[in-house]
Amino acid sequence: MSETLARPVSVLNGPPRLRAVNVSLHYPGHRKSDVGVTALDRVSLDVPDQEFVVIVGPSGCGKSSLLYLAAGLQMPTDGEIYVGGNPVRGSGADRGMVFQSYTLFPWLTVRQNIEFGLKLRKLGEPERREIVEHFLDEVGLRKFENHLPKQLSGGMKQRVALARALANDPQILLMDEPFGALDSQTRSSMQKLLLRVWEHTKKTVLFVTHDIDEAILLGDRIYVMTAHPGRIQEEITVPIPRPRDLSMVMEPEFLTLKRRILGLLHRERDEDEG
Amino acid sequence: MYAQRMSIDTSASAEIPPISEAPPRRVQSLLTGCLTPKADIPPQLGMAASLLVWVLVLAAWAGSTYGGLLPAIFMPTPGAVASRAVTMASDGSLFVHIWSSAEVVLLGFILSSLVAIPLGIAMGAFKLVQSSLESLVNFIRYLPVTAFMPLFILWIGIGIEQRVALIVFGTFFSQLVMIATVIRSVPQDLLNASYTLGSSKRQVLWNVMLPSALPGILDTLRVTIGWAWTYVVAAELIAASSGLGYMSMKAARGFQVDVIFLAIGAIGLLGLVTDLFFRLLSARFASWAQ
Repeated sequence: MSETLARPVSVLNGPPRLRAVNVSLHYPGHRKSDVGVTALDRVSLDVPDQEFVVIVGPSGCGKSSLLYLAAGLQMPTDGEIYVGGNPVRGSGADRGMVFQSYTLFPWLTVRQNIEFGLKLRKLGEPERREIVEHFLDEVGLRKFENHLPKQLSGGMKQRVALARALANDPQILLMDEPFGALDSQTRSSMQKLLLRVWEHTKKTVLFVTHDIDEAILLGDRIYVMTAHPGRIQEEITVPIPRPRDLSMVMEPEFLTLKRRILGLLHRERDEDEG
Repeated sequence: MYAQRMSIDTSASAEIPPISEAPPRRVQSLLTGCLTPKADIPPQLGMAASLLVWVLVLAAWAGSTYGGLLPAIFMPTPGAVASRAVTMASDGSLFVHIWSSAEVVLLGFILSSLVAIPLGIAMGAFKLVQSSLESLVNFIRYLPVTAFMPLFILWIGIGIEQRVALIVFGTFFSQLVMIATVIRSVPQDLLNASYTLGSSKRQVLWNVMLPSALPGILDTLRVTIGWAWTYVVAAELIAASSGLGYMSMKAARGFQVDVIFLAIGAIGLLGLVTDLFFRLLSARFASWAQ
């Protein structure tokens, strides 16, 4: 059993935007005989400022739970998560999130959805309009601003969700398998769009996926997670230069990295079954 | 190369089954459509079928009464009901009865809704309120409303208050449970999204749960006002001096079956009108859910 305790990243430009220190999440069993489930076991990771960090791991490894903890939607059993140096004590607009399921408010138009957080912040109408229009353009949905979510395709819904989260100008953007429910063509074009938007905004991102290609394509840094209990297996820096595009998935550098991550995930599965 | 292509072509044609000579006839496909579960049918066909059923029912009624199959003392002719409607409308008595019943239904329904909506929302949103009220409410919900009529007469007397109380009692507990269910079924993901956009708990309740639940709440109101119309008749049968239920009770004593039919028809129409009202309200304020 390898101990994965606090493993600080050497950071040149100041403290990390998000830091998880020995975070554990344990769901108690319903009966005395039931020991419960350990979703996360002493997970520590850093998300440096303006970096795109990806957590990749099999389903059930607790990677989504970690995002929910960071968002303040759930509290850890043990450990602490810091965002901008402050411990997370609840949800807040400083941590935007894009979910795997479609979470647009179905009674609001595309424009009103993007405006939702801005209205909570009580911004004036001209300022709201400017921000909404900027992000409508950013995700290419200007023509659909007055559509209702039910009139949009899955990919478009996730683009609105991305715009809605970014419009709030959060300190960090948490993305929980946002393209997981999309077909592969839509997924590719969403990855392209996200790369482009990220190049523009340089927003700090913590992105969760089980798709290794997606992890390498998007991430500066990849944390490989194992399941039962959820632990960080390895931290990998992605040496592929930016700007990146989808053609890179066939390059030797990419494939070497992919093989390495596959190996890590398979080793874990073999141990699981053994 | 030519030979190669040829060989590919022949192997392909061997695998693909031949296209049937004649396309299936339209009549057949329509029949298939009608017999396929959940399959759409042409709207004209649906309208025609609906009209046909109405015509059949009215024809059966007209045939059996005008043809003398059923004695007029038990079954009025359509013409008798129509002429009764004209006389009672022209002397105004029909509208007095309609208003008397409508007043009770509306008062009872509004009073009930005014409490059931906020309390149902609280019950759906907060587990403590749910735990406190749920078993009691479900117990009362299944008690027969009519069994409480003697008690209400004893407590409240035989005025309009008694009838209104009966409507409230009949609709309130069901409204409460249905509205709580609607609120509970607001997706947690929407609440989470709202929290990450900076909402407070209060804002989640007001800006997310309520608008999300609005179509369901309107639907609950639409269904429960229909029940209120059924209870009002029961209330008027025992203690009232006007209203559609009273009108038909009094008519039964004089064997005026045409009046009874008129009262029943009026209640059906009024139910239809209130139903339509709530459908329009939904179309206006919750069109996104349709």
